[in-house]
Amino acid sequence: MSILTRTEGYGPTAAPDSRGVRERPMSRLVAFVIMGAFTLYFLVPIWWLAVASTKSRGQFASTAGLWFADFHLWDNLTYLFTYDGGVYLRWLGNAVIYAGVGALLGTLLASMCGYALGKYVFRGRNLLFNVILGGVLVPVTALALPLFLIFSAVDLTNTYWSVFLPSLVSPFGVYLARIYAAASVPDELLEAARLDGSGEVRTFFTVSVRLMAPALVTIFLFQFVTIWNNFFLPLVMLSDEKLYPVTLGLYAWNSQTNAVPELRTAVIVGAFVAIVPLILAFLGLQRFWRGGLAAGGVKA
Amino acid sequence: MNRHTLARSGAAAVAGTLLLAACSGGTDDGGSDGAADASACEPSDGPVELTYTGWVPGMEDAIALWNEANPDIQVTYNTGPAGNAGTYQDFFNQLEADQAPDLGQIEYDTLPNFRVQDGLVNIADCAGVMDAGEQFVDWTWQQVTFGEEGSVYAIPQDTGPMAMFYRADLFEEAGIEVPTTWDEYAEAAQAIRDEGAYITHFPRTDVNWFAGLVWQAEGRWFENDGEAWTVDLTGPQSTQVADYWQGLIDDGLVKDTAGFSDEWNNELNTGELWTWVSAVWGSNSISSGAPDTAGDWAVAPMPQWEPGANAAGNWGGSSVAVLQGSEHPYEAAQFALWLNTSEESLTALNQGGGLYPATTAGLELPALKEGLEFYGDQAIFDVFADAAAATDPSFTWGPTMAQTYNDVADGFGAALSGQGTLLDALQAGQEATISTLESQSIPVAE
Repeated sequence: MSILTRTEGYGPTAAPDSRGVRERPMSRLVAFVIMGAFTLYFLVPIWWLAVASTKSRGQFASTAGLWFADFHLWDNLTYLFTYDGGVYLRWLGNAVIYAGVGALLGTLLASMCGYALGKYVFRGRNLLFNVILGGVLVPVTALALPLFLIFSAVDLTNTYWSVFLPSLVSPFGVYLARIYAAASVPDELLEAARLDGSGEVRTFFTVSVRLMAPALVTIFLFQFVTIWNNFFLPLVMLSDEKLYPVTLGLYAWNSQTNAVPELRTAVIVGAFVAIVPLILAFLGLQRFWRGGLAAGGVKA
Repeated sequence: MNRHTLARSGAAAVAGTLLLAACSGGTDDGGSDGAADASACEPSDGPVELTYTGWVPGMEDAIALWNEANPDIQVTYNTGPAGNAGTYQDFFNQLEADQAPDLGQIEYDTLPNFRVQDGLVNIADCAGVMDAGEQFVDWTWQQVTFGEEGSVYAIPQDTGPMAMFYRADLFEEAGIEVPTTWDEYAEAAQAIRDEGAYITHFPRTDVNWFAGLVWQAEGRWFENDGEAWTVDLTGPQSTQVADYWQGLIDDGLVKDTAGFSDEWNNELNTGELWTWVSAVWGSNSISSGAPDTAGDWAVAPMPQWEPGANAAGNWGGSSVAVLQGSEHPYEAAQFALWLNTSEESLTALNQGGGLYPATTAGLELPALKEGLEFYGDQAIFDVFADAAAATDPSFTWGPTMAQTYNDVADGFGAALSGQGTLLDALQAGQEATISTLESQSIPVAE
């Protein structure tokens, strides 16, 4: 349920509610100050990154960090995208494949699994759910090494699969999907679908998925960000530079800056470019979130 | 988004799992089974494909030369993060899973770690390897043989002989003599402070830099007699070096800026720091970090403890090792030899990756004889070539250097903020190292 309450305040839907308790101006002020502080905390590093991306190497060290010097963004971008035969673009593409396709399939798996756990009664259901819930508690970093040993037993290390397959699994997504399916897909509706002769799979894709849309978008975004930021698994699995996702590539570059100081520019501009897809994903999917919330309102 | 914090936390995560791998690596005694696995170094039948992992930029160019000339021994190169930033841990994982590349880049200070974990193939019996010894700078060969008879565990690749970079223009303007001994260096430090600047910085995290200074003073941090390790971070020479720098810190004559940071670059660029005692590859750090000072820098030998002496230390440098599990140690050794001794390869590596060769002949490469514009047209590599020859061959690294570095760096950081001294830091590093060795069942001599 937590996700519901969190998304509610997200858009401008927090319209004045006539029945609500009247807010005191003081508490409102405090809330704004706190939110403002956090906003600053999160935005200042991004601002720094944006500014630093536009600086030449010489001015990067010698000018103030939070304001612009001469504008060199295009030069820096050219350097970034041409260094080492344009490998950065490849890393970006890899990350989009890992995170995009991985999150899509991962969301499908998690939603089907969560739906089954939420809407069907079968023996061992709670045991299964508790085991999955236990999976939420295991940090992915701790799994990297065992996964590496397993994948090397089947000779799959240093391949796309070695990063892609583990990314499909999301216990947290299953958890969310179960909770949401239980709350937002009415049994009566499923009953009606069955009476009309619809199979379970068809019901899932035509009826339930729509009702669960806000949860699916949430799971997708979570998965996308998790895979995009997952650094340790590719670090352990991959040794071929061509398979790197962008995080690992930037890290590798950064670790070489002592020997090749010119790379700092590429690391900074590369980090800036690398957050763009995340921002796009969030902005692009936000409206589904809101639309889904409205749809959820109908069921009441 | 501080990139240094990012890198360090990554390193910490890696160091965490290092312990795991070290435990699972068994209780090999770091000792004497070397000769046994050296027996079978025969050429393979038919074409061979080798894999090689390292992090030298431009390595592909050298390998392309080899692949063209050797159609039957094709080498594939993978670039990873710098060793301690992840590649070493990858090697250990891959060794555990029997998936290691045939060849791996390993820095000298980490070779003992791989040796103790039994990750290296003894290639002494591979054709030409033993004979190649005399081509290399003395101390590097000592590093890859561990002083054992009939053993060669890696081929030296590059080195980091140390010298002193200094702002020739500022010294001249201020009428301060360029120091040749550490005593003069301390006097110059005071004179420079009176000018409102600092002679240098004391880097809290670059413990291997400090080790280079101890190396110059002929200190020894580790020794291995084939049975057990002796750990001695606080011997007389180490104490001397630590006390010396502690004095400069106490008198406020050195900055506490972290090395290679943006702040540090800026201080070099604006003339706040006048010298840097560093390795040959540092020339590139200065020229790219302090572009406004082009033409103002020069290089002199390291200051000496004894007037008129000629001793140098070393900071950094790598070797190429054949890793356990390789099915083609013969071909791998041939490639490693060619890569690190042939003039065409050394030239390519110097141009592409700025590597400073480990062979004595390599130090005479035409590119290393030229004057550099950034250094006022001084032929600075001559100074480093002398330093390479004057480096004590018997300095030995310990088997858990990543841990030792971390523990000493913690103490250095504290000392710079006024809690404890550099010597305390070494003492703490000593104790932590011994307990780490014991926890990994690596024998330690009393």
